[in-house]
Order: sequence, then C-alpha cells, then structure tokens
Amino acid sequence: MSEGILEVSDSSFDSEVLQSEIPVLVDFWAPWCGPCKAIGPVIEEISKDYKDKIKFVKFNVDNNPVTPGNLGIRAIPTLILFKGGEQLEQIVGMVGKPKIEEALNKSL
Amino acid sequence: MKAADYDLVIIGSGPAGLTAAIYAARARLNVLVLEKVAPGGQILVTDWIENFPGFPEGISGADLVMKMTEQVRRFGVEIETNEVLALDFSEDMKKLTLNDRTISTKTVIIATGASPRKLGIPGEEDFFGKGVSACATCDAPFYRDKVVAAVGGGDTAVQESIYLARFVKKVYLIHRRNELRATRILQERAFANDKIEIVWDSVPTSVNGSIFGVESISIKNVKTDEASDLSVDGCFIWVGISPNTGFIKDALEVDKSGFIVANAKMETSVPGVYAAGDVRNTPLRQVATAVGDSAIAAFEAANYIENL
Repeated sequence: MSEGILEVSDSSFDSEVLQSEIPVLVDFWAPWCGPCKAIGPVIEEISKDYKDKIKFVKFNVDNNPVTPGNLGIRAIPTLILFKGGEQLEQIVGMVGKPKIEEALNKSL
Repeated sequence: MKAADYDLVIIGSGPAGLTAAIYAARARLNVLVLEKVAPGGQILVTDWIENFPGFPEGISGADLVMKMTEQVRRFGVEIETNEVLALDFSEDMKKLTLNDRTISTKTVIIATGASPRKLGIPGEEDFFGKGVSACATCDAPFYRDKVVAAVGGGDTAVQESIYLARFVKKVYLIHRRNELRATRILQERAFANDKIEIVWDSVPTSVNGSIFGVESISIKNVKTDEASDLSVDGCFIWVGISPNTGFIKDALEVDKSGFIVANAKMETSVPGVYAAGDVRNTPLRQVATAVGDSAIAAFEAANYIENL
C-alpha cells in the first residue's frame, strides 16, 4: 500500500522529521483506522508530484505512542507539515487531494 | 444524440457507487466513477458490519469497501479522483464540470452519500481532532482508561459507544429523549454494558477545554432545564447525517432535508439521472439498501440508454 513512503518511528522522528533539510509531511496513521487506509494511496499519489521538494513519511501511532502524545494528537488520520522543525500546517480527518496540496504549497 | 464522453457517470464510490459500477460494467456501459477523496464513504469508519449478508462473522467497513473496490476493478472500471463542481442537465446530453475539465454523459447516478451532522455548539469546531471526534474506530485507542461523552441515540451512536467502551473507563451516552432509537439488539448490548451510562433527556450546550484539548462537556436537561458539566477527555458526536448534495444546487428535486427525491426505479426529477444510497430520500440507510438501490439505478440507466 505504501511501498514508496518511509516509515518513521519515535526514535527516528527527530532525525528524519525535525532535522530534515526540506519540509516533511507526516501521515499519522494506525492499522485499525479505516480512513487512514483509504487516504494512504492518495498521499502516495501526491508524494510523486512533490518529489525532491517535500519529504513524505508515515508514522504508526499504534507502535509509537510518545511522539503523538507530545504533539497532542488525539485523532487520526492527522497530517502535519513540518518545516525547520516547526509545525506549519495540520490537517485532521479524511480530506481530498486539493486540500492537502493547498497546505503543501504554503511551505514552498 | 451527439456522441457523449460516457454512457454513465457515477458520482461517489461508497457501497452504492461501487455496486452501480459493477452492474454498469457487466451491462457493457462506458462508465466512469468519480470520487472526491477515496473509495469507501461512511462505512470506512464502521468498525464492524454485522447485518450485511454473506459475512457470518461480520466484517470491518474498511475491509468490505476494499473487497467491493477490488470487484469493481476486476471489471475494468476506472475510479477517478476528481470533484464535480457543477451540473448541467438542461439538455439530454448531461454535462458535469470537474476540477480540470467538463465531461458529457448520457446518464448519471448520484451516490455521494451523506456526512455526519454537527451539533453547532461552541467548542465543537475548535476542539475537532483535539477531543471532538466522529470516528470511534479511528480515535478510541487515544482514550484508553479515560472518560468520554457520546452524543446521540441512533444505531451509530449506540454501536460506536459499545465500541468505545472496549477502550475507555466510562462512556456517558447523552441522548435528548427518554428512549433510544437504535435497533433493539444494540440497545440491549448498551444497557448490559457497565461502562455505558446513559444520560437521558439531555442535550449538549458546549464543549469546553484548554490548549491541551477537551476537558468537559456542558449539558442541559430538556425537561427540567437544569444545566450541568461532565468532566470528559473526549466527545464523540453521532447526531444523524446530512446529504452530500452541495454541488446539486437546484438541478434536481430534493426533500426538505436536502435528500434527493427518487422513485422506486431510482429516477430523479431529471430523466436519465438516478440517485442511490444514503443521498436518496429513503426510509433506511444501510449498506444492504445502498447496494439494492444501485443495482436498480444501473439497470434503469442501461434501459434508458437503450431507448435513446
């Protein structure tokens, strides 16, 4: 389902997301979340259009509770766009491609 | 009639849209399915479907949708991610304006479904994703051993409260009347569940909290007018649905709640345009009824094209 997208964990979140040179979109998901599964392919499709400009990663909240706790995440799917270690945009719930692209374009 | 881009365009890809696609493909119609977000619709958030025949153990909404999508793809139908912005039904050749182009088609099946209704109380929008939710299967695990409120009294509210109870310490099920509307078997399960406390005759008036998220919900007893606060960490809202018909404007007849009026053949007020599933004015909104509607709608669309 998400072969092309890097999976980040509590231990790699700092290096892969916060320290990233380019903006990072983190897709917080879990295997028990139907809408997360549905939105996965949409994000994968978008990731191809932003190749080299924005890094796309997935974060499994089921296996990694620390980071979601620190960020106050209480709902999934949640997408957060990080730039220079700061949260730039946050989208909660199932949304369409245009809304995600709109958020991404703000960081470029 | 001039050549149309398609015989049939199906708008929406929940159980209704996917079923219509299967029937249309087998009728050898040139069909396109349009989906705004991702295939599935409302059942993606349903943890367990026990009343759709053929799955004796039940099946999760997400898995059922995946199987239906696979079945559609097997018949070679394309599901395109796009949004219908406007409809033009003024001529026999129907025109749909999408994000990137305008397409023409002989027939249309509208299967856009419905979305959870909001309460419209202070705090509801502000705390969405910070304690306010409409998806127990997505968010219940964030509330392990916490106290939550659930609002509603229909099938969804009661079933999802039972699901929540598997994770949380306590669920206050807040309902505006003194009896539930949900199916009896669900009511029995809720009454038997020690973790569910039903707060009768009450409506929420605000969701309250801080930067850390929801902390309480204010309620009012509709009989005594007495106001009180319940300390909760989350608030799940299931107070019915409204149809996804924003793009229709006045192109079709709708009922007073906005659902599309269609007859037993799923025909709307415009010949060649059909409505199926939750978006239709129907007495029951289930996966079983959605697939039934759609089989008829696709069959009628094929008949209509034959007689053009």
